[in-house]
Amino acid sequence: MQERYDLPPARVNDDLLRFALKTPLWFWFAAAALGLVVGAGVIAFSLMVIYGLQLLGYTNTVYWSVLITNFVFWVGISHAGVMISAILRLSQAEWRRPVTRAAEVLTIFALATAAIFPLIHSGRPWRTIYWVFPYDFARGIWPDVRSALIWDPSAIFTYLTSSSLFVYVALVPDLAVARDRSTGWRRRFYGLLALGFHGSVRQWKLQAIAGILLSALILPTFVSVHSIVSWDFAMALVPGWHSTIFAPYFVIGAVHSGVSAVATLMAILRRIFHLENYITHDHFDALGRLLLVVSTTWLFFFLTDFYFGVFSREPMELAVWELRLFTPPYNVLFPIFLLTAYLIPVPFWLFRRCRRNVAIMFWTSLLVNVGMWLERYILIVPPLSFKQPFTFEWVPAYTPQPVEYVLTLFGFGLVASGILLFSKLFPIIPLFDIKEGQVLKREVQVGRVRVPAVIRE
Amino acid sequence: MAQMVREAVLGLFREPEAVARALDGLRAAGFAGHELKVLSGAPYPEGAFGEEPERHRLYVFPFIGAACGFSVGLLLTVGTQLSYPLATGGKPILSIPPMINVMYEGTMLGAILFTVLGILFESRLPDLRDWRSEPYDPRISEGYLGVVVTRAEGRVAAVDRTLRDAGAVDVVLPTRGHEDTETRR
Repeated sequence: MQERYDLPPARVNDDLLRFALKTPLWFWFAAAALGLVVGAGVIAFSLMVIYGLQLLGYTNTVYWSVLITNFVFWVGISHAGVMISAILRLSQAEWRRPVTRAAEVLTIFALATAAIFPLIHSGRPWRTIYWVFPYDFARGIWPDVRSALIWDPSAIFTYLTSSSLFVYVALVPDLAVARDRSTGWRRRFYGLLALGFHGSVRQWKLQAIAGILLSALILPTFVSVHSIVSWDFAMALVPGWHSTIFAPYFVIGAVHSGVSAVATLMAILRRIFHLENYITHDHFDALGRLLLVVSTTWLFFFLTDFYFGVFSREPMELAVWELRLFTPPYNVLFPIFLLTAYLIPVPFWLFRRCRRNVAIMFWTSLLVNVGMWLERYILIVPPLSFKQPFTFEWVPAYTPQPVEYVLTLFGFGLVASGILLFSKLFPIIPLFDIKEGQVLKREVQVGRVRVPAVIRE
Repeated sequence: MAQMVREAVLGLFREPEAVARALDGLRAAGFAGHELKVLSGAPYPEGAFGEEPERHRLYVFPFIGAACGFSVGLLLTVGTQLSYPLATGGKPILSIPPMINVMYEGTMLGAILFTVLGILFESRLPDLRDWRSEPYDPRISEGYLGVVVTRAEGRVAAVDRTLRDAGAVDVVLPTRGHEDTETRR
């Protein structure tokens, strides 16, 4: 049975703008807590700048570790947002309506956070300008476009700009509603951002086309970004990284972790903003089914990467897999990763009752991201950790240091702060999309049952 | 040269059928399609109000943007390699496969930027007019539907009657705002 609620436009405005126009007490506590986490990250980073990279656990060879794991993890999370939104818009899936904006906002903040990590990792972020931008007219030194480390910023910049514009274009009609409902500085603020939108037929038509056109343009960008992130590794000659399967493997991994993150976020939003009439059990059911497909496709790519590594009989490739599977601490992390990323959550998602249970969906989707963080860690660190032939001095063990733990928490704090601040200023569920769903909502009689139907152009 | 005060009238409706009736009535009263505007708080299927189809050229914008983005990507990749030539193993200075990545991103970025500009341009946004010259009612955000007659000067009473006959729950009569400068011959 599908859940449909009658929601008059005024009530939709009341429900979805309540948090943007009035500030509950808990907001200040949440903001303070997240501020502490972000502040701790800033202090950790400042210490890194003062004392150098020695504060991290880097060894002779392990120089890409927790910070780069965080980078790949957050790029991955950022992918589902726009992917879900764009695919659901293009296919005009009815259940997209409450999901799209939260997913897109997650994309923006996750991607912005991801972009910070390579800068922190560099130890001297202000010098990255030499690395990325064409800058030196005097000395004739330019970035090397043959390096994957140049493709990466160009892809992330494109994706971040596109995602931000995608969110803004879809936000304009809702800003007009916020303008009409507010007074004082809020009215001026929303009025400025609404650009004078008044809901003419022409503006709505362009809004609808914009959603489809931008979705069509963003989807290939989304695929390119994580492919290029994977080439940061695959283009290197490091055994365990140098693999042609990395691009699709990273993309599907990103979708797996990202869709899970959207499910987690939807459960949190439903709970804290009391959005039970908007984010229904149907939405979790749909996300669960999507996750089943995505996670199993991801498993296929993971296993293929494993087979390629093992059956090629390349000694160094085998050494990397031996390290991952049999050497501490990776032999402990590996089963945890596999259990949390696939083996525990997926059996739950097979059952409709579990998919419609918000608590189960919350915890299983959260587990997936624990697993997917570990997956990136196991993917990145062991290939740098094993002893190569003809290396005389060896410091094999890489152990993350407190600064790295704090910076990892900083990433989560930053994304959560961004989403909290966005929801404080703007509706996190698109008002006009919900209202359109209500306008188009009908019921039809089929035999002896009345079923919900939707008018579609 | 003389100045003519522009007068606009807004009728508020609850049902799309009533809006369609009002548009029919106003057209019958001699108003042209471009003088009538329907406002709503949510998108309705095209033609729901019997309005004239809106024409736009949004689809051109991504192509122009893509061409510009591709050109910038090409310029950047070729320019940087030629300006700072790194001769590697006798290979050509211009390495095309990696250039494709940057050019692809440039193309997509250009297409998306121009699409957004196109959306704003075709939606006539930002609309910096003083909206006191064209009535608007916040009730539209709350679910009411509005019909604006943009040039009602001298025919306000007839417009008011037509809108009410069609089922308008309220009619916002002209407020003086912009003064369009017109040449009266």
